[in-house]
Amino acid sequence: MTLILPRLVARERASLSMMIIAPFAALALAAFANFTLYLTLDVDPSAVFYALLIEPFTSWYAFSEVLLKTGPLLLIAQGLAIGFRAKVFNIGAEGQFILGAICASAIPVYAPQASGIWIWPSMLLLGALGGGAWAAITSFWRVRLNANEILVSLMLSLVAVQLLNYLLLGPWKDPMGFNFPQSVMFQYDAMVPTLLPGTRVNISLLFAVGLSLAAWVFMQRSFIGFKLQVGGLAPRAAAYAGFSQGGAIWMSLLIGGCAAGFAGAAEVAGPIGQLQRSISTGYGYAAIIVAYLGGLHPIGILLSSFFMAALYIGGDTAMVSADLPIAGVRVFQGSLLLSYLILATFVRHRLDWPRPSAEIKP
Amino acid sequence: MNAIEFILSGMLAAATPFLLAALGELVAERAGVLNLGVEGMMALGAALAFIVVYNGGGHFEGFIVAALGGIFVSLLFAFVALGLRANQVATGLAIGILGAGLSAFFGKSYESFTVTGLNQIQIPVLSNIPVVGGLFTQDCIVWLSLLASAGLWYMFAYTKIGLLLRAVGENPKAAQSIGYPVIAIRVGAVAFGGLMAGIAGAYASTVYTPLWADGMIAGRGWIAVALVVFGTWMVGRVFLGACLFGMLSLAGTVVQLTGLAIPSQLLASLPYLVTIIVLGIISSNRRLLKLNGIASLGETYER
Repeated sequence: MTLILPRLVARERASLSMMIIAPFAALALAAFANFTLYLTLDVDPSAVFYALLIEPFTSWYAFSEVLLKTGPLLLIAQGLAIGFRAKVFNIGAEGQFILGAICASAIPVYAPQASGIWIWPSMLLLGALGGGAWAAITSFWRVRLNANEILVSLMLSLVAVQLLNYLLLGPWKDPMGFNFPQSVMFQYDAMVPTLLPGTRVNISLLFAVGLSLAAWVFMQRSFIGFKLQVGGLAPRAAAYAGFSQGGAIWMSLLIGGCAAGFAGAAEVAGPIGQLQRSISTGYGYAAIIVAYLGGLHPIGILLSSFFMAALYIGGDTAMVSADLPIAGVRVFQGSLLLSYLILATFVRHRLDWPRPSAEIKP
Repeated sequence: MNAIEFILSGMLAAATPFLLAALGELVAERAGVLNLGVEGMMALGAALAFIVVYNGGGHFEGFIVAALGGIFVSLLFAFVALGLRANQVATGLAIGILGAGLSAFFGKSYESFTVTGLNQIQIPVLSNIPVVGGLFTQDCIVWLSLLASAGLWYMFAYTKIGLLLRAVGENPKAAQSIGYPVIAIRVGAVAFGGLMAGIAGAYASTVYTPLWADGMIAGRGWIAVALVVFGTWMVGRVFLGACLFGMLSLAGTVVQLTGLAIPSQLLASLPYLVTIIVLGIISSNRRLLKLNGIASLGETYER
């Protein structure tokens, strides 16, 4: 007996309907894979899925927490997607986020008594600059030294974690903080204003939505965005047209770094209110998934970041209500990206089943 | 024991997780496939092996299960990146996140438990030499990893399989046109990479530091990927690079021996900083990379 395998055949043009179906089908596939995993581990799947996918929308508070988490994911993912489209793989957003948080914290740590309306805007600005500067190292290494940006940006993330630990255990540790690895609590003027009264949602969400609109204009409507995309899709054509490859790399990494740094600043100046070890729960890595799941398109990312935020909030609830290990969220995230990549294949390809040939029949 | 003796006796064991994972990735990359999921495959191998050993399964069984886990995840990678022609970078990242997540998921109830490592095997006579004697007292996995390095060097230099792997990586179209199954060979190379990463993780969690903690691989898989670039895709140089990182990971203890006051966080980030610096130095030699690089590395192959 011979196994009849279908062949992948390139479509003449990319399928628009498949492009829209892919993320939803990926969710179904990932849910199915995780369902079987829960069954083998004696976790009640129905309780997990209820907590993960429904519970975040059952109360106004939970929903507002989803909006709160959407902010950083949206900011980081929009920045990363610009680079990914130019085939610049910045996977060190986690480190850029941490550097943004550190730089922003410098103001309240060194001037804990300062007051004035200037404080939180300068913190956000400093955060964006810090994230951008951290990404600039990767950029320099890539453009000038020809080094792989994936490895350099990732290594810098691991260094950033150590830098954060150093500051929190050493010079920036709160002297009144019972020896906990955390900075002083920030003063009132160092906190970003809230957007929705009675919730923790702050105006950084507005910045994130604004960045999404700007990213849409930049990537879909501007000539520089066009040059970036050509550089990603057809590097030789871009070089022939005289589009600078180095410029594209610098721009991709700086945009990604500034956005991630801004997100880090908004996190310490927002819901957390101090610098601590757990400022990021893997936003920098989750944003990579958000970017892909949104089809690397600004509008798609708007939706996928909201979904991923819900998954975070649902994961917290599932930990309590369904006894799901917190790593369950990471497993779900990983399988979601993998499922998306499986289904995204069919945007540009279709399956061709070999027809049983007539000669086989007697 | 002075610092030099300490480094000489501990270097090879510290280098082994790097070496095993890097050798596996080297084979996959020589065949033209960039699998960035090494960190996740190592983490999964580490968790599975630890669970087996902790529950009384024995080290050998632990290594087998870790190898199978690594192969399983790498075949998942192969299905998506080679079978379905998805972007290799994105697929590798997905596998990495999935593997690390699964390791934390399975290892949750074993957090900070310990097991016993493996016995050391001394080479007679040589291990009695002063100063360098420690180099010849190692556990069996270290000896096997040295054998594996030699074996792979021989394979690439002298055997048909080695030549075939290189052909598939350099020019898949040509290899296909003379009748070699490019995809099948690449799947095999990727599976070998998964096997080695799984074993590397198992060594880290059940022999080198016999305990389980979430995130214990701590970037070693990523450094292994970088080591393949450092070694410009040559087995001998990858081995030397692994030894360098073995030494670096001992830096913390050595500094304690000498009594210097250096922040522990700086010591912990030393391997990462050295990776960044060496990557810059080696990569800026564009001619070297062009001569030794793999022509079709990371490119999707469409027949």
